[in-house]
Amino acid sequence: MSAVATLKSWTGAVLAAPVFWLALIVNVPLKAWQRATGTGGMAAFFLAPNMAIFGIFVLVPLVINFFYSATSGTAYFLQDRSYVGLEQYQRLLDCSNYLDTATCREDLFWKAVHNTGLFVIVQVALLTVVSMATALILNREIIGRSFWRAVFFFPVLLSPVVTGLIWRWILQRQGLLNMIVHDFGGEPHNWLTDRFWAFTAAVSVSVWAHMGFYTLILLAGLQAIPRDLYEAAEMDGTRPARVFWRITLPLLMPNLLVVIVLALIRAVQIFDEVYVLTGGGPGTSTLYLTQYIYEIGFASLLRNPGLASAASILMGLVLVVLTLVQLQVGRRGERKGARQ
Amino acid sequence: MKKTRTLLAALSVSLLASTSAFAGDVRIMWYSDGVEGDVIQDILNRFMKDNPDIHITLDNVAYKVIQEQLPIQLEAGQGPDIARVTNIKELAQHWLDLRPLVADAKYWDDNFGDTLDWMRPDGSKAITGFMTQLTLTGGFANKTLFEQAGVALPGDKATWDDWINAAAEVAKSQQLPAAFAIDRSGHRISGANVSFGANYIGADGKPAKVDDGTKAFVGKLVDWTAKGLMLKDTWVSAAGSTYRAATDDFINAQIPFYYSGSWQVANLSTKIGDSFDWVATGSPCGTAGCSGLKGGAALVAIKYTKNPKDVAKVMDYLASEAVVKEFSERTLFLPAHKGVIAKGGLKWGSTDKNVGPALDKFVQAAGETLPAADALPPWKWANAYFAALVTRVSQVMAGELTLDAAWVKIDQDIADKVAEAK
Repeated sequence: MSAVATLKSWTGAVLAAPVFWLALIVNVPLKAWQRATGTGGMAAFFLAPNMAIFGIFVLVPLVINFFYSATSGTAYFLQDRSYVGLEQYQRLLDCSNYLDTATCREDLFWKAVHNTGLFVIVQVALLTVVSMATALILNREIIGRSFWRAVFFFPVLLSPVVTGLIWRWILQRQGLLNMIVHDFGGEPHNWLTDRFWAFTAAVSVSVWAHMGFYTLILLAGLQAIPRDLYEAAEMDGTRPARVFWRITLPLLMPNLLVVIVLALIRAVQIFDEVYVLTGGGPGTSTLYLTQYIYEIGFASLLRNPGLASAASILMGLVLVVLTLVQLQVGRRGERKGARQ
Repeated sequence: MKKTRTLLAALSVSLLASTSAFAGDVRIMWYSDGVEGDVIQDILNRFMKDNPDIHITLDNVAYKVIQEQLPIQLEAGQGPDIARVTNIKELAQHWLDLRPLVADAKYWDDNFGDTLDWMRPDGSKAITGFMTQLTLTGGFANKTLFEQAGVALPGDKATWDDWINAAAEVAKSQQLPAAFAIDRSGHRISGANVSFGANYIGADGKPAKVDDGTKAFVGKLVDWTAKGLMLKDTWVSAAGSTYRAATDDFINAQIPFYYSGSWQVANLSTKIGDSFDWVATGSPCGTAGCSGLKGGAALVAIKYTKNPKDVAKVMDYLASEAVVKEFSERTLFLPAHKGVIAKGGLKWGSTDKNVGPALDKFVQAAGETLPAADALPPWKWANAYFAALVTRVSQVMAGELTLDAAWVKIDQDIADKVAEAK
């Protein structure tokens, strides 16, 4: 053994020694615990810290939220609030025609529900199509493929507030887009005070910000499709469109379903980037459910924590349904995989 | 034995630390419109030099934090020891009564007596703080743009219509995006509403239904927005009661007329510099008068403080005549201290030729406010009224509601808030 190798070996041993001694010390109580509780107990031991954090920061607030939704008042301490049962839910659901928000007692809640519904439909459809197209392109042998993959993934790493601010600077009246329009002789437009364009901006920015993540999921699925299927199709002279519909799409379906369900859940929760970009305006045309809850719970001078809690629980129910769908889709994918 | 003592000492230290406030620690939550954050830090540094037993931490935060996060902290019995706030009446139950703690309660009554009611619960005689500045809503005109357009600045008793028509002429001549803008705030339009005869307060002290005065001015505002005379961005491009100022549009010479308030003087002076000349215009007239709305920011002591005596000492210092005078001169804020006002001779800390006349104009306009406007600052439900106005009027401007539907919704929103507070 050379001198360098000996030195490396000694250095490794010295560095590993504290870890070794620590493991020896920890091993004593852990062994005792395993003897007493079995392997199930060991799993519980290692899961306990995570579960404690989850419990404190998710479960406990969730339970408290239920209590808040059954109380009224402007105070934040539960003991200072009066019990009203399901009154807050009744108030939210009091509507003579759910399609006409003006007939609803809490018209802004229903406006937010309608806006969120429309946003989810348009954003998820667009996000899925764009992510799929991008994944298909990035799966081909193109020049600088790794570079392009990084470029499309980069917006995912940005903070939603940064995303919102960047696009606000681009789209505002004296923003970059209007400067370009003006330089080309066009008439600048107030994009963010126009209901159609504000909605279009909210959807587009959201797609831009998140598509990298979904593209990655679809790209992984594309790369898992056996190459020999494409080679056989090529030998048969199958047209590319037919290859896509008959080979790529069916085999990518499990990934695609995951993408759709995850995008749905995320779209229902849309808040930060749109809040920074449009502030919910013009009027209330980009006011979405999470912003409504935030405004009514904390931000507005007309704040009402009980109503905000009830609205968040109703929204939570929608998310539970979507999560169950996601789990079902996941299980179906696993079963299909097992059969194959 | 020695080990036990050491352990006990360590435990005591950690327990003390866990209360997050050592004796002598005073934390102030502060927001700035202009240079006042730097000025107050300088003043506090001097105080700490003279009082080494008191350590003050000044947390400079955004106004949004004061509006949205501080009320929640207070409800939870938390928060700083002192805070600079504008929502002074509605949160009055959280302020500390300094009367038994300050060195001379009579000094406070004599000099801040007019505004003490603004920041204490109805019927209370508590001293909870003092106004760091008195503000008055009012307009600003870009004099240079008016001159370039060859349009004369409307005179002292000019109406809202006169101002908007003149500003529209300037905007057309100078190819500007709009004639004017008002900050997106119910507070800002309330002086104008009162000028058209509005009264928000019912006979029982509770909010009255939207009356003809409010309908008259808000109707005009919506009409001006629809015609493109009012800058659409400020009011339309947000939902709810979110605050939006149009200051940057005035500073960038995008609008010839801007309605905001006296607190903008320092900000405008700093940011406009010598780019153009500007003047304060006071409040344009309606059918009932030419009223702005008084208000301001107060420095209040929070009752959850662990160090009330230190807090009182700091408040005594900051409320002293010399400090109030210096603070006003350096920040260009109108003082609320009777002694300072009576003695006069304030040397405004600015070489900007626009500043002195602007402040004088606001002082003059302060004498023209109507009683219905003067009743709003100490009124508990003012903010609820303001919030409902902003939320619904913006919807009308965005084409989502008719004015008639908006009046119904405003009344409903305010009634809900009153019911919720029971």
